[in-house]
Amino acid sequence: MSLYGYLTLAALVFAIGLFGVLTRRNAIGILLGIELMLNAVNINLVAFARFHADVAGLVFTLFTIAITVAEVAVGLAIVIAIFRVRRTVEADRLDLLRG
Amino acid sequence: MTLEALGFWVVAAALVASSLAVVLTPNLFHAVLYLAAALVATGVVFLLLDSPFLFGVQLLLYAGGVVTIVVFAIMLTERLVGERLTQTSRYVVNGAVVATAVFVGVAGFLIQVPRGGARPALPGDLTPAIGRALLGPWAATLELLAVLLVVALLGALYFARTED
Repeated sequence: MSLYGYLTLAALVFAIGLFGVLTRRNAIGILLGIELMLNAVNINLVAFARFHADVAGLVFTLFTIAITVAEVAVGLAIVIAIFRVRRTVEADRLDLLRG
Repeated sequence: MTLEALGFWVVAAALVASSLAVVLTPNLFHAVLYLAAALVATGVVFLLLDSPFLFGVQLLLYAGGVVTIVVFAIMLTERLVGERLTQTSRYVVNGAVVATAVFVGVAGFLIQVPRGGARPALPGDLTPAIGRALLGPWAATLELLAVLLVVALLGALYFARTED
């Protein structure tokens, strides 16, 4: 399988994740879509690293994985905090900052 | 068809199917389980790309850590609200149009660029090279990452704290 097979697969997963982010009402559902998009980016990084025989892509995949885990932890903490105050995770109804 | 290509098509089908299930299933808990399947499939893609170390990291951090955190969050918030979390979608047509446009754009770009050659031969086990790179050229980035993790930990604690 050539590099382009992997890149096309990653683009497809990225588009699916983007669809989830755009269409989900639930904040946790939006986070799941973001996870899919970040996974697609990781596939791209590892594929480029393998086909260019460069270890840098693998190192940056490690970095993005760690950053994603931190992002999920903070994001879910925010979701739980919003739950306590507003009793909802509907992204459309979270308009506290709207003037 | 070689074994690697066969494996790629099987894993690609599993990854795309579970990804679609993540964004389409109405039950949020099921969506998380499908996400776990998608993350494991991504790990197998890493295996196909000769990166067993990243496969392990993917399983430990993503499929183990992230899925556990999300399941915990769902359980906590379900108890807070006292009703099952279903997730409905909105703007489905608009979202599908935008997502398809992004995919067509990327795929169109991929078609235009010249085809690369086959994958180069593996220069031995890459895991020691990753370790040397992490503490060599990217040592400063690694330290920054450690700071980021501490900040994220404190931030998550701050957001999730109780008032008293």
